[in-house]
Amino acid sequence: MTTLFPGDAEGEVLVLAAPLSFWGGVSWETGAITNVRHPQVGEVVTGRILVVPEPVGSSSSSAVLLELIRSGRAPAAIVLGRPDAILVVACLVAREMGWPAPPVLLAPDFRGTGSGRARIVGGVLDYR
Amino acid sequence: MKLTEDETAIATGRKGEGAAIALRLVAESGRLLGAQSLVPVASAHIDGCLYHGDSGTEFAEFLVAKGARVTVPATLNVGALDLLRPGNVRLAGGRRDMALRLMRAYEALGCRSTWTCAPYQAGHRPEAGSDVAWGESNAVAFCNSVLGARTNRYGDFLDIACAIAGRAPCYGLHIAANRRATVRVDTSSLSDALKAREAFWPVLGAWLGRTVGENIAVIEGLAVHATEDRMKAMGAAAASTGAVALFHIAGVTPEAPTAEAILADRFVTVALTADDVRESRALLSTASGDEVDAVAVGSPHFSLDEILALETLLAGRRAQVPIYLNTSRHVLGKVEREGRLAGLTQSGVVPIVDTCVVATPIMPAAGGVLMTNSGKFAFYAPGNTGYAVQFGSLADCVESAVAGRLVRDEAGWQ
Repeated sequence: MTTLFPGDAEGEVLVLAAPLSFWGGVSWETGAITNVRHPQVGEVVTGRILVVPEPVGSSSSSAVLLELIRSGRAPAAIVLGRPDAILVVACLVAREMGWPAPPVLLAPDFRGTGSGRARIVGGVLDYR
Repeated sequence: MKLTEDETAIATGRKGEGAAIALRLVAESGRLLGAQSLVPVASAHIDGCLYHGDSGTEFAEFLVAKGARVTVPATLNVGALDLLRPGNVRLAGGRRDMALRLMRAYEALGCRSTWTCAPYQAGHRPEAGSDVAWGESNAVAFCNSVLGARTNRYGDFLDIACAIAGRAPCYGLHIAANRRATVRVDTSSLSDALKAREAFWPVLGAWLGRTVGENIAVIEGLAVHATEDRMKAMGAAAASTGAVALFHIAGVTPEAPTAEAILADRFVTVALTADDVRESRALLSTASGDEVDAVAVGSPHFSLDEILALETLLAGRRAQVPIYLNTSRHVLGKVEREGRLAGLTQSGVVPIVDTCVVATPIMPAAGGVLMTNSGKFAFYAPGNTGYAVQFGSLADCVESAVAGRLVRDEAGWQ
């Protein structure tokens, strides 16, 4: 487990069951999943420990995440299955702008599929 | 991450605060991605100029206020407004102002006002083997695959940071060894007639993205059928359903004179079957029945050749539903200068430049069914516009628009 962007967080886990591009897949206004082909359409990423096993899609996803950060609708944390710059960049920009951004962890071995609460403290994901 | 003396000086403000912010963003992203150093880039294509809320405008204006300027040639992707035909976009009051301020801020940073997702058909074609920093997923796929220049998928903000810093993190596709194919796609069971269909290519791309994710494929058996516009349509679809930043077509793309020349030591072979093609094609449509309320073409932005094909298929007939033609001001200017635009608009074609119907509110808010020949539009339109989608060839799109209902040639797909 590697910290890509530091911070602590706690929230309900949402494991993406299929790849999801934030641009065209998540509303920057509400934080809801809007991709009608996605099995979790209608779920909201706001405040969740969002597990993204396979980051995909548009390079504008950074902009969608930055807007969610600015409006207070971002996930509580993002857990990536593999390194991807597109989401992390939004957190780096938020830091330059002085906006609090969620931690991002790299956890290729994350195997959970369900819900429940999780905590991230000091770069360690506690999820049972 | 080892910065040079020069880079360290920039990061600490020698060239001003704007340059320092950009260099820090590039270096920090690079560190996270496992880069050991930065690599100078020859050009950039910037995808951060499309409005998705005020945060993007605030960041761009923050860079302007800090004195940042791009240090390499940089083209701009679509914005949220059609600056040449402002009435095309329904964006309201405050949002419209912020979308315009965003576009103006990127111009103030020194970027060229190209406003297109197909910069490679608006004069921005980096040399094979050169390092560049491009955003916009279809442009990245085209740049790497068809042009053979080297870029990663730089997201919004990192793209402009690279353009200001003149450098990108040296990782991923900037490194030759990482550009080799780990998937070999065998298309030998498909007929030449199928491969020769224009609509096969976005279907192939959508399948490829879903099948390989972020992996690099080399596809065999397409050498006689691949054209620039077909590879453009394919790459855009592949970069929508997957994270495809690079594909090779044996005998066509610059790094794959043969499949063997670009295959990694270890690879898997996947056979693409006619069943896969049918399934991928079916997944591009979400609507049923024969309703069609609008047609949209041009994602990526249509080339001159594609517009000429549209003109030929229309043959002066009048469409019953609007045909939104999304293209660049660069290409539409040529159409206009050749005296072809009036005929197209009389047929019911609505030209859109600088933006597109899936990126910003243009089509009537009431919704309905959108028909398209673009795999990328088919993928993103339902989420972004609320329209259900019917996918078809350009000829299907034109016949449907003229008939005012779905007309689709099913022959050859069975």
